[in-house]
Amino acid sequence: MTLKLTNVAKTFPDGTRALMPVDLDIKQGEIVSLLGPSGCGKTTLLRIIAGLETTDAGGKIRFDDEDVTSLSVVQRKVGMVFQSYALFPNMSVRRNIGYGLKMQKLPKSEIDARVDEVIALCRLEPYADRPINALSGGQRQRVALARAFAPRPRILLLDEPLSALDAALRGQLRDELAVLLRTFGITAIFVTHDQTEAMAIADRVAVMSHGQVAQIGTPEALYRAPASPFVARFVGDAMPLKGRMGSGALHLDGGTLPLEGGAEGGSAYVRAEDVRLDEDGPLRGRIEAVTFLGTHYRVVLSGVTPEPVVALHVGASAPKLGQTVGLSIAPGAILSFAHETESA
Amino acid sequence: MLKSPAKILQLAVTLLACAFLLVPTLQSVLAGVTVNYFQGVKSGLTLKWIGEVWTLYSASIFLSIWLALCCLISTLIIGVPAAYALARNPGRLSRILEEFISLPLAIPGLALALALLQVYGSVQGFRAHWSFILVGHVLYTLPFMVRSVLSVMAAIDLKTLEEGAASLGAPAWRRFTDIAVPNAMPGVLAGSLTVVTLSIGEFNLTWMLHTPFLKTLPVGLADSYASMRLEIASAYTLVFFVMIVPLLMAMQWASARAQRTLT
Repeated sequence: MTLKLTNVAKTFPDGTRALMPVDLDIKQGEIVSLLGPSGCGKTTLLRIIAGLETTDAGGKIRFDDEDVTSLSVVQRKVGMVFQSYALFPNMSVRRNIGYGLKMQKLPKSEIDARVDEVIALCRLEPYADRPINALSGGQRQRVALARAFAPRPRILLLDEPLSALDAALRGQLRDELAVLLRTFGITAIFVTHDQTEAMAIADRVAVMSHGQVAQIGTPEALYRAPASPFVARFVGDAMPLKGRMGSGALHLDGGTLPLEGGAEGGSAYVRAEDVRLDEDGPLRGRIEAVTFLGTHYRVVLSGVTPEPVVALHVGASAPKLGQTVGLSIAPGAILSFAHETESA
Repeated sequence: MLKSPAKILQLAVTLLACAFLLVPTLQSVLAGVTVNYFQGVKSGLTLKWIGEVWTLYSASIFLSIWLALCCLISTLIIGVPAAYALARNPGRLSRILEEFISLPLAIPGLALALALLQVYGSVQGFRAHWSFILVGHVLYTLPFMVRSVLSVMAAIDLKTLEEGAASLGAPAWRRFTDIAVPNAMPGVLAGSLTVVTLSIGEFNLTWMLHTPFLKTLPVGLADSYASMRLEIASAYTLVFFVMIVPLLMAMQWASARAQRTLT
């Protein structure tokens, strides 16, 4: 199913604008992530698509060629995975998964066959007859996904599906979820505040800020060509290079860097992995802290910009604390923006 | 186990308090099966007085059971949907409504009965019918049902559970019957036992509303104390105990179960 949002916005009764007018097109079978900090309107947008909230007047939601704007959540045939999973404690795993099919008034034999199929797909066979409160967090997450998927919804909507899990499990289930969603072959939107999650699972990521979509694109496009300082900071933790931009160069406290394209004014950002410890580099910085992270050292440097700069250093031995070292940044790695502000 | 004098003292005080409460009760029960109370147990034990109670007051016992059942059904039909509505729409209006429902708890049963008599006392068929007492019982017990169910519904994340059901295509009434009620079952159970126990034991209000042909168990109890020999009155107490103690025990069990479900 394709999804088309036109002018979808949300103003709450108290006048708060949770969502500025948003337009969004999602293709058949595409997995799109809504990524943003808390309060950016991503969950509100998901709930409007589900039919759990209404859009302000003028907004339109289309599933394929059908206008579903006025349909309630009961009629929309969406599959929803909630942050808390919202599994029914009074029912077994099997009955939870079969509930949506029962609501469609399908014959029992058909319900049983479909439930078995989805249980096998989500590898839930050993837990099928257990009550919900006998399951672990990861198992509950899979039951929630299976329950949403069983009635063959037109679209799957997932609201922070991994956030209720502990960190170790989250990484493992993130990969599982990515595989399952591809196996389902269904159009899906999932909300997250975790950029790693968004990039690992989604075909395209919509970065949201202050109720607006700041940028939408493939994970690579967002990472390599962020449209705004906000996106640069939120996706890949870019650091600001505060200094003066002029005459094709960026003048910082720790030295001068040549700029591509000769940008005048505006702001520049760089990511830690693009800052190299390089004795012949044009910048100088003092090593303030070194953390060994297995594959590399995380080096915090002062004196380059007013704020500390981080470099990721791969080497056999740790750089020495307090030492002043040379740094280089490839001109292509500098993300420069015409405007100063960090907002979208 | 009993090493310190403080522990021994604690146990002694507890046992003393229990004895203070239990001895009169046991004496009364014993009186109900003694041939002659004034001669004591040495006059012999008998079930004769219980038989007398049965002959004289079985109608009261059945009326009480009947009223308690009708009261339970009424409070279930009114109270569970009312608690659901209050849980679904938290807000000032809901709080005010909850206070209104709870009002009969604060008003003495006699005053409530007087109000009912003033308004409906002249409706002849109704005044002398058992359903008149039922109305009083429902008014008095409804807050217990509503509060018991509401507290469980407030403890589970009912809103999200219902949103989950709605997204699976469940219309409002299915969400009520499939999700809200089954998950509030511990509250419904605890509320039901409270309602039945209160209805069977209710005296104040019932005494004001009863007619000579409509005596409930506690009203009959007062009647037997006032007009029968002591052994019959005591046997009546015994009958009352036999009915009410299992209900109280079931109530304890239900509330313990509710606690377990919620934690």
